[in-house]
Amino acid sequence: MKREGAGGGGSGLEWGAGSRRRLARSRVFEVVTLFAALFGVLVLAVILGDILLDGARHLSGHFFTNYASRFPERAGIRAPLMGTLWLLGLTTLMAVPVSVGAAIYLEEYAPRNWATRAVRANIANLAGVPSIVYGILGLALFVRTLGLGGSLISGALTLSLLIMPIIILAAQEAIRAVPHGVREGAYALGASRWQVVRHQVLPLALPGIVSGAILAVSRAVGETAPLIMIGAMSFIAFTPESLGDPFTALPMQVFHWVSRPQEEFKGLAAAAIVVLLVLVLSMNAAAFVIRSRSRLEG
Amino acid sequence: MATVYGIELGERAPALEARNVSVAFGVREVVRDVSLAIPASRVVALVGSSGCGKTSLLRCFNRMNDLVPDARVTGQVLFNGQDLYHPEVDPARVRQRIGMVFQNPNPFPKSIFENVAFGPRVNGFSGDLNRLVEESLKRAALWDEVSDRLAEPAGRLSAGQKQRLCIARALAAGPEVLLMDEPVSELDPRASQKIEELIYALKEDYTIVIVTHNLQQAARISDYTAFLHGGELVEYGPTDRIFTKPREERTETYVTGRFG
Repeated sequence: MKREGAGGGGSGLEWGAGSRRRLARSRVFEVVTLFAALFGVLVLAVILGDILLDGARHLSGHFFTNYASRFPERAGIRAPLMGTLWLLGLTTLMAVPVSVGAAIYLEEYAPRNWATRAVRANIANLAGVPSIVYGILGLALFVRTLGLGGSLISGALTLSLLIMPIIILAAQEAIRAVPHGVREGAYALGASRWQVVRHQVLPLALPGIVSGAILAVSRAVGETAPLIMIGAMSFIAFTPESLGDPFTALPMQVFHWVSRPQEEFKGLAAAAIVVLLVLVLSMNAAAFVIRSRSRLEG
Repeated sequence: MATVYGIELGERAPALEARNVSVAFGVREVVRDVSLAIPASRVVALVGSSGCGKTSLLRCFNRMNDLVPDARVTGQVLFNGQDLYHPEVDPARVRQRIGMVFQNPNPFPKSIFENVAFGPRVNGFSGDLNRLVEESLKRAALWDEVSDRLAEPAGRLSAGQKQRLCIARALAAGPEVLLMDEPVSELDPRASQKIEELIYALKEDYTIVIVTHNLQQAARISDYTAFLHGGELVEYGPTDRIFTKPREERTETYVTGRFG
């Protein structure tokens, strides 16, 4: 038998053997990475399957139209679903315009100095702050200091603060991706800074901004900790009508149902999770479609 | 008027004039104390090897260097006798009157029509936009090729057509001067030739300053040539004299192809 390894001679047979060995190693590595990739998908599939099994029987028409109840068979998600939709709308309205404005300033207007660099670095840091910290801030600022209480507006403001850094970062990235030649071409024609931003930069950055905003809002929709912190209700028998009303949201309802001792409420929680997941995953899918479409056109 | 910075202007006033212009990016000085006058309705070529400062000098004439964060321009740039760097001068208005064509054809990712219409739109043009777009495309010798597909994306044009679209776009803004930064270096010979012919036709109505590293091209199309080396203006004068009887040794070695 011939020994493998470097310097083992120059016969064709050994060259072939070494090559086969390397190919085999390469193959092993490929399989390992494939399993790594499948792992995430498998876990997600198992979770989804388990939840669907538990929750499917509760997913009926009156599950969406009924309010929460002590009796599992009468309980529904009307109040938390409406609360979540309110939060979604208000958070989008408040967080997106401010974040896009901040990103435009940082990319197109801000002077390149240490202050700008400090702001940029801190926005990236803010995006990594745990959501419970935003909850504490919301409690101190909106609920107590501004006296808004545990209302819809407090919740929406808190969630807006939570996702603003994420939207700013996504929008900055989208704006930075606009080719430099487009800006120069526009400036060279006598366009003002605002005209360049409005007519050239923003239209090109829009798909990236929109998909980033959708992903951020979908994250906000699934947040529980900050809402618990600001004192959102978990049992409510009316839908919010105005910004000052108390509210609950889907993740709050899930949290409440899961912590009840009776087994039936676990099924209700699973059903509410299915609704929440459908909402969040369809938002993510929309973001994905917008992003890949714009890539095709570009 | 007599000889100004090495060229005979006769009765003409210069359209553009650089007086002791220096450009620095941070601590790196790329243009050093350059003075030259550019006569109206003539083609002036700025030549020199890469890194000699010719593009940075060109970009002083429409204040494009303002857009570079750490750029510093000192000295005076006069346009029809007015200082372009006076504090009250709006750089956007400067760029409307002094247009620019870039090395890489950079049409906007919009329709052909919208590309040409952008300049007039941002400058508050109130006349017949369709006619202006048509005229500009005709002047840029592109109309016959695109007249039936103005709504198509500019990205579908060939590289040469894109560059002529960029020229049409610059013309539509209504400039008096056209600055061209190596406008054909990315194009094939046929497309380059078309652009050269176009430059020849345009100098009737526009003052043209063109940066090029192609000496044959400078010799063919320009009336005056400025040779820059290491950020300094080595020699400036009528193109035929620069190429046949250069006064400076450095110019001679460059134009005879011994370096650069």
